[in-house]
Amino acid sequence: MFSRIFKRKSYPKYWLDYVEKVSTCEKYYNYESIRFVVLDTETTGFDYENDRMLCIGAVAIKNNKILVTDSFEVYIKQDVFNKETVKIHGIRKNGTETKMSEEEALIAFIEYLDDAVIIAHHTAFDLNMINTALRRINLGPLISKQLDTNYIYKKLSPKNRHNKVFSLDNLCNEYGVTMHDRHTASGDALLTALVFLKLTNQYKKNNALNIFDLVNTNYNLNK
Amino acid sequence: MKNTIAERIFDFLKDFPPFDILTKEQLFLIAANVKVVYVEKDRVVFKQKELPHENFYIVKDGAIGLYRTLDLDSILVDICDEGDIFGLRPLVQNDHYLMSAKANEESILYAISVEILKEIIQSNDKVSKFLIASFSTNIKTPYANNNYGQLFANVDTLEGNNTNLSDFQTAEYSKNPITCNKKTSIKEAALIMSSNRVGSILIVENKNPIGIITDKDLRLKIATGLVSIDEKVDQIMSSPVITVSDKITTSEAQIAMLKHKITHLCITKDGTPNSELCGIMSEHDIVVLQGNNPSVLIKELKRAKNIETLRYIRQKTSKLLKGYIEQKIPIIFISNIISEITSALTIKAIELSILEMETKPPVKFGWLALGSQGRKEQLLITDQDNALVFENVFDEDYKTTKDYFISLSKKITNKLNTIGFEYCPANMMASNPKFCLSVNEWKNKFNKWITQPSEKSIMMCTIFFDYDLVYGNKKLVDKISKSIFKSIKSYEIFLNFLGRNALINPPPLGFFRQFLVENDGAHKDQFDIKSKALMPLIDAARLLCLSHNLKNENNTIKRYVNLIDIEPQNKDLYLSCIDAFKILLRFRTEQGLKHNDSGRYIDLKNLSKSEKLKLKGAFKPIKDIQELLNIRYNLSQMM
Repeated sequence: MFSRIFKRKSYPKYWLDYVEKVSTCEKYYNYESIRFVVLDTETTGFDYENDRMLCIGAVAIKNNKILVTDSFEVYIKQDVFNKETVKIHGIRKNGTETKMSEEEALIAFIEYLDDAVIIAHHTAFDLNMINTALRRINLGPLISKQLDTNYIYKKLSPKNRHNKVFSLDNLCNEYGVTMHDRHTASGDALLTALVFLKLTNQYKKNNALNIFDLVNTNYNLNK
Repeated sequence: MKNTIAERIFDFLKDFPPFDILTKEQLFLIAANVKVVYVEKDRVVFKQKELPHENFYIVKDGAIGLYRTLDLDSILVDICDEGDIFGLRPLVQNDHYLMSAKANEESILYAISVEILKEIIQSNDKVSKFLIASFSTNIKTPYANNNYGQLFANVDTLEGNNTNLSDFQTAEYSKNPITCNKKTSIKEAALIMSSNRVGSILIVENKNPIGIITDKDLRLKIATGLVSIDEKVDQIMSSPVITVSDKITTSEAQIAMLKHKITHLCITKDGTPNSELCGIMSEHDIVVLQGNNPSVLIKELKRAKNIETLRYIRQKTSKLLKGYIEQKIPIIFISNIISEITSALTIKAIELSILEMETKPPVKFGWLALGSQGRKEQLLITDQDNALVFENVFDEDYKTTKDYFISLSKKITNKLNTIGFEYCPANMMASNPKFCLSVNEWKNKFNKWITQPSEKSIMMCTIFFDYDLVYGNKKLVDKISKSIFKSIKSYEIFLNFLGRNALINPPPLGFFRQFLVENDGAHKDQFDIKSKALMPLIDAARLLCLSHNLKNENNTIKRYVNLIDIEPQNKDLYLSCIDAFKILLRFRTEQGLKHNDSGRYIDLKNLSKSEKLKLKGAFKPIKDIQELLNIRYNLSQMM
């Protein structure tokens, strides 16, 4: 009760820590030491205000390796329930997964995220979802650097395909990534991570691999 | 907490040795700590002489070449593909890498921390020796007592128990159902049924079944005068029909019929009424299938009065075999049943032939099965190999006696041929005067083969030594066996010749662990599983048993079991040979059933990765048993 009154003035420690770490992080200058967090969310729908996140799944990449130890998967208790999307993500209202409140999930995620660079496929959507949720607890938005495999792919593709949007399925097919656990947050995060590794390997044949150029592939995010 | 990614990796690892022998918890711990590494083509994973990484690797996708550099030459030593492990030995032994690993194609690797593995090795003694020795170096697998049965990923699962066999057989059904459309008149439909001699007709629309008329409908609705025979079929058809997929088992089909109180099930492409009709199964089909069980077959066999019945039973046996193989019934059980039926068929053929002879046999005789039938390992129908032995007679009676048995043998082999066992192309049959002999003649023949070994006589020995008395007098055969051992004892070098023969076919894997395939001929580039994999194990078992004077058992698996009693020091090796033999025999049978041939030549292109791994796993013991023969009989000097 007490903390709620003062929330706008004094931010919780985990948030201050996060802001501090990202702003002072020096790892970005050395690509091999950057920690990337590849994430995906499953949601009740596409409306940022009315729909809710059901699950956040993420896995870290460092020095071109996907670290399964450094992964994240939470399921969120839901007040908003949309039975239409259940058939896509398979998360029921009272399913068997252990669930936490949205706030608990966000705290856990912020602590997990740390100073990492965020990667997703269609990052704007997942980030908007997370940021809207953060706003509900008077925090946010996230200040981490962000990459989008869709944009990196467009940058690399020989033809000018700026107007086309590529789905994760498109990229998995193109790069020969076998699809498993599609439409589970963690499963999609892993697929995105594999696509990212393949993309950056291709990328560095013609470019020196550094985070700033990668970030620049994405003219929509990171403004 | 749920960990979808680790579960996915767990699912991949669990199929590959050595991960398949870990406990679920141990494997999950490993999976949760995997690092996924992507390497482009030609990228080096580690270099020769480099200090070991903290991880070893398992190939998820792609292929990694292991190279050894000597001076300036780089030699490809091994290629690791899906499921193969590399880079483990240096980690365990704290040594430098002895080879370089380079991606031959774009690959995804799982890097696994050796620390976790070390913990597991300490707590799970089963894993340790096997892991370190067999996967990180090229030395032969240590057959530690306690990991018997787990050397091969699949033995345990293959040898599961299944008591109620016919219940799990896939049900047989008629694949060309009689159909008409709904505008057909009832009279026409009845005529179609009559001309096809069936008790039911299906009404289809756009290839999908929409209704059925059975004899019962005609009886209840037409014969009673309720509906006119000029009406259309849709007036009396039962609709909708109950549909199932073709994967249904007998018991499931029975339950479905009971549940819906019906006697016919429609088989459709995907099992739903809205897909293409592919067949119909009636209650009668199920009754027939249940008749397809061994005790019923043997009973029928005993009652059989003519050769056609025998032929029919042999065909049913093939169906039985197919069902058993599909249901993964233990191969020993299958081969026991099939050989029992084969023996019973042969005995019946002999009895029927004797009845046809004008007189009874003049003296005692014995009918011998040779080769795979003699070893009770014949599963698929192959050609017949047999011989006949008759009691010694006075010289003046010899000709009439021999003539009698040759004409009897001709009748028998002829009948066997009709039943489905084709004539032996090399004429190794009792109808051949060379193989229809008196006890003394057989003794002399074997003695000659043993004491004057030539390539041909050794080959004859490998076929004739596995004789098994199917019908007749056992004493005659015992006399021959006794004489054989006497000859071998007086001429022990014979065993070395037999040993040399057993090594004619080298272990079936080449230096790069690729399969050795046929170089030319009709089966070019195919793998000969009989001569390259089964025969070496069979030959070795025979030789070792002969050297111990064991003649009472011909079956390869039982021979190895006997050898374990006599040579407990080699128990692990012999157990591994038994496992390998079971896997290979099942494999050959599956291939034979699939391609409707002897299963001998296997087209490697058609094998899945896991099938290849399964085969390769079974090859190790071949190499080891051949090494044992080589040393024991000093064969390297004879070659």
